[in-house]
Amino acid sequence: MTSLPAPAKKKLGLVIDLDICVGCHACAVACKAWNDGGDFGPLADDDPYGAEPHGVWFNRVHSYEVQPPAPGPRLDLLHLEDTAAPAPQMVHFPRSCLHCETPDCVTVCPTGASYKRAEDGIVLVDQDKCIGCQLCAWACPYGAREIALPHPKTTTSDTDRKDAKRGTMQKCTLCVDRIYNETLDARDRQPACVLACPTHARMFGDLGDPDSDVSKVVAERGGFALMPEFGYQPVNRYLPPRPRRDGSSTAATPPAPATETLDANQLPPLLRWLDKALSR
Amino acid sequence: MPHAQLELNRPTGDEVKTTTCYMCACRCGIRVHLKHGQVRYIDGNPAHPINRGVICAKGASGMMQHYSPARLSKPLLRVGERGERKFREIEWDETLALATKWLSDIRARNPDELAFFTGRDQSQALTGWWAQQFGTINYAAHGGFCSVNMAAAGMYTFGGSFWEFGEPDWDRTKYLMLWGVAEDHDSNPIKLGLGKLKARGAKIVAINPVRTGYASIADEWVPVNPGTDGLLAGALIHELLLGDRVDFEYLVRYSNAHHLVIRAPGAADDGLIARDADGKPLCAVRSASNRHSGAAQSAEPGIHDADHGKPDSGSLLRNVRNDEQKSSDFALTDATQPDIAPLIAGEYTLPDGRKAVPAFQLVAERFLADDYAPDHVAETCGVDAATIRRLAAELAHVAFDAAIELPIAWTDTHGRHHDSMRGRPVSMHAMRGIAAHANGFHTCRTIHLLQILLGAIDTPGSYRYHPPYPKPAPPGNKPAKSRRPDGSLTGNPLGYPQSPDDLLVDAEGKPRRIDHAFSWEFPLAAHGLLQAVIRNAVDANPTHIDTLFLFMANMGWNSAMDTTATRKLLCAKDAGGRYKIPHIIYADAYDSETVAFADLVLPDTTYLERYDCISLLDRPISGCDHAADAIRQPVVAPDRDVRPFQDVLLDLGARLKLPNMADPDGQPVYKSYADYMVRHERAPGVGMLSGWRGADGTQAGKGAPNPDQLQRYIEHGCFFETKVPEAGAYYRMANRDYLAWAQAMGFVANTEPVTLQLYCEVLQRFRLAAQGHGAVQPPEAERARVERYFDPVPLWYSEIELPAPLAGRAARSAERAAPVGGDPRENPPHLPSGHLPPQAGEGNDSYPLSAITQRPMFMYHAWGSQNRWLRQIAARNVLYVHPHTLAAHKLASGDWAWLTSPRGRLRVEVRAHAATAPGTVWTWNAIGKRRGAWKLGARAPEFVDGFLLNHLIGERARDARYGNGDPVTGQAAWFDLKVRLEHDPEPRVPGHRFEPVDA
Repeated sequence: MTSLPAPAKKKLGLVIDLDICVGCHACAVACKAWNDGGDFGPLADDDPYGAEPHGVWFNRVHSYEVQPPAPGPRLDLLHLEDTAAPAPQMVHFPRSCLHCETPDCVTVCPTGASYKRAEDGIVLVDQDKCIGCQLCAWACPYGAREIALPHPKTTTSDTDRKDAKRGTMQKCTLCVDRIYNETLDARDRQPACVLACPTHARMFGDLGDPDSDVSKVVAERGGFALMPEFGYQPVNRYLPPRPRRDGSSTAATPPAPATETLDANQLPPLLRWLDKALSR
Repeated sequence: MPHAQLELNRPTGDEVKTTTCYMCACRCGIRVHLKHGQVRYIDGNPAHPINRGVICAKGASGMMQHYSPARLSKPLLRVGERGERKFREIEWDETLALATKWLSDIRARNPDELAFFTGRDQSQALTGWWAQQFGTINYAAHGGFCSVNMAAAGMYTFGGSFWEFGEPDWDRTKYLMLWGVAEDHDSNPIKLGLGKLKARGAKIVAINPVRTGYASIADEWVPVNPGTDGLLAGALIHELLLGDRVDFEYLVRYSNAHHLVIRAPGAADDGLIARDADGKPLCAVRSASNRHSGAAQSAEPGIHDADHGKPDSGSLLRNVRNDEQKSSDFALTDATQPDIAPLIAGEYTLPDGRKAVPAFQLVAERFLADDYAPDHVAETCGVDAATIRRLAAELAHVAFDAAIELPIAWTDTHGRHHDSMRGRPVSMHAMRGIAAHANGFHTCRTIHLLQILLGAIDTPGSYRYHPPYPKPAPPGNKPAKSRRPDGSLTGNPLGYPQSPDDLLVDAEGKPRRIDHAFSWEFPLAAHGLLQAVIRNAVDANPTHIDTLFLFMANMGWNSAMDTTATRKLLCAKDAGGRYKIPHIIYADAYDSETVAFADLVLPDTTYLERYDCISLLDRPISGCDHAADAIRQPVVAPDRDVRPFQDVLLDLGARLKLPNMADPDGQPVYKSYADYMVRHERAPGVGMLSGWRGADGTQAGKGAPNPDQLQRYIEHGCFFETKVPEAGAYYRMANRDYLAWAQAMGFVANTEPVTLQLYCEVLQRFRLAAQGHGAVQPPEAERARVERYFDPVPLWYSEIELPAPLAGRAARSAERAAPVGGDPRENPPHLPSGHLPPQAGEGNDSYPLSAITQRPMFMYHAWGSQNRWLRQIAARNVLYVHPHTLAAHKLASGDWAWLTSPRGRLRVEVRAHAATAPGTVWTWNAIGKRRGAWKLGARAPEFVDGFLLNHLIGERARDARYGNGDPVTGQAAWFDLKVRLEHDPEPRVPGHRFEPVDA
């Protein structure tokens, strides 16, 4: 019902390195802080000090426990307990709008509120046109859109923020109000989540330009799109965790000492050290 | 906004002000963006040395802490009973007059009747000084609960410490071991560093029973059993020694490895370092006449000097080697000289005929013993022997086969020029998982020994000091013991005892301090023992406490062990119906659990409303290559009748006419904390802030006060940094280029090298006292304990808080015990305020699991739950359990179960977490809250389902005469908690509760 623009050359998006994301939620909170008081806010909260605190976030971090498969040939299930399975891993997964190239969240919009910018591919919601029908949220398989319903479950503890906007769909804007903003230092013209990330696991750039830093790191690290099988052609990319060099990996075993090789059984250490020639 | 007119260049606010974050202890630089006089958002200051522009979840949500409904707004005077939360709002004049009355009475009577304890205070340079002026010895901050094991072990071993006193060389290290590092310590600096390591491909090993956060991105996770890290580190040392994978040259140059230790059992100086007449430590060197061909010729001058310069002490002596038939000539000489060839093994004869051995040999004998063999420790540690051997081999490989050399010329403390700096690119970092055990001091020391043996302290790629460290090991400041005529203490109440003479004990050897710090119970309690104050004050042990003055110390909740009992103690009354602690004054910005117990509440500002000082006299925010300090400035004005606590403290000091706070006319010396930050001098030219000193503001470190200093700070982003000279980049313990700079900055008194204490002679002095030597000796009952734990060579022991006969009774009493909640008077005390009966009867088998906690990265201590954004991430906690452990208990993820310790039982929801060691259960700490606190709604998950594990942690040690803490430092051993898990027969009813043991 809403048309997509012709494919743009410029595809702004995020690259998120799952190898170094520690799951600290800095990106999610910095996003909420920047946008709550900005042009695309507020990001309303329900019952913020009560029994069911929840609100609108453009970015959330999920933590998953992952059991890497055991190396070598697969053993039969009966003996699974006996296999030396690698240590379980934790993977932290930040989730926000992927600014897809062909997103249904735009095309299902009955009012034209949900749209994709022709000039840089950013997917936005025009709050003045949104009627809160939530079709777009149903269309998005990534859960990237959030809405503060018109009537919060609890209002008593939210009296300080009665002006909170409600009832229209909200989502990641890729900080469109930051990235071109000439009132900010050039260094700060990046999404709030990228600036915040303490491990520098988040990068921002033009994924349509093969020579951009983000495109290069995606090529180098095997960056992948999230669930491409849906066909929406996400722009954002995730970098996979690097192989962990623990005891299950032969690469982790250090070579034999390059200097001397000792036979500890032949000469007790204290005797060896008696004649140790040292200089202070 | 109609997007036809999408405005992409709108100014983001009206004004940007820099200041320093207070959402945790990292103290990052922040920019506060203001719009219409309100905080619009907060982001990281790109220029700031701590965070370089990044900001964590806590920092970014700071505005919601600032606008929290839980902020206090007016001074409060209690009108109900303690714990009832019934207060009357009063004016500041009345508040200060009342506090002044109480405190002046005390000061006239006995200043020690004031117990002044601060919590996560970031102005200890002020609060400690204030306590000194008041004259009470009973002052401390929260380190005794938090990390004093780390601080003390580090300071007594290498004149630095983990945490903010140093950090891995993030740009060069190739191998990082994280020991017991929870998610909360520290925040942005460690995240920035880990990001660098991952980008460079350095290997990260996380030694931790739980894999989350930083451990989740580690290459290798070693799920060690809680409290066994010292044994694991000892086994790594064992392997390194066996393979000669030790940096011997580093040892003799920078440590006391070659210093001779007197072996004269029974003598008053047994185990002390043998010294010459000038007090210089002695070492053995090969004599010039019988030098082995491999020995360095350069050894001669040193020996020669000793021979002829000091004939009495340095003469050549015949040595008998006990381990070989042949004997040779050896010399004893001043071990601190350069260019000698020290010996590190063998037994040598001192001039008086007694025997001595190099310190290194004693260390080697300890760790080469089978006790520390990988095969021996594997089961206890939960780490298989092959893994231990591999980790040791990896450490050695990186340290020695992948060593690095930087072309940085430098001069050592002997004046010798070096063209380059050799680096052992192995680094370690450790935190709570090491500190919060009763063996934490020795465990941390063992880790430091591992670093030293690898040559990996302050070399390129290794762990590095932050200025103003290194300081002498230990630093020279000792706890003040006496008062001047004006009533002030002769020094700061906290410090580093170096011998029994420095203890605060009475003629009978009993503690003088209310927390028993610096007593024979906890001699090296460098940070004091916050957790012991309330019980001892109630018991008047050793003295009556009239006023308990707490600042930001949530003693009524998560900063206490056995929280239920502690809350009852705060309300304890004598036979006459008077509170046993007559006055409690509490200062905080927020309506925390502890407010309920205060008689007088001093409402503080938020961190955005006041001046503060992040001083080099306090916990530093320096980096490895720069010294730094910072300020907070008020970026918004308070909209409530609150005052900055520091201002109030100085005001009180003036009203009390304390030395240096009131002039001879009784007028305040300082009109505010901001004024104090600028004008106060600790020593001539040394003040709270190091930047822009001198009348013209051109001096760094030392200089006259500069009236424009704060303006300079504000113009420069509210921080100041001074670069360390490049030649002083590493080897700072013996780097003249660094030490000369540090001396000029006022960090060290002289340029003497800092000798790394492989062997800790200070500990031996206490042990000797326990063995009956010296003027100050422990009471008979304390001797065995002091003798055992004051071992100058690190040792590992399993000493757990525990076990009680009460578990069976716990289950029975549970049926009649009321759930925690509501008026405390509804729950009559189950516990006597005196010592618990000796615990015996049930062994460890009854409590087979270890229970530990950590703070999530997005919250810090108790403060996060009032934050409307952060509590959306987590408003309650669950108990994480390995799936096999769950199955063994017939539990499924999501079930409710009873978690039982000798103190009682907690009903908790369990959740499967495979990245947890099977013998360990854990939860997020301090998310569970007390109903009624923090202005949370009546059904907030924080207290409906969330729980506080502290209820289960005993406040007494196994030997109930002692607090549950490390016998060296007193650090609260809250990670020693042992529990059992039981299926709840009524699992379908949600909600937590705690049922204390009925004594």
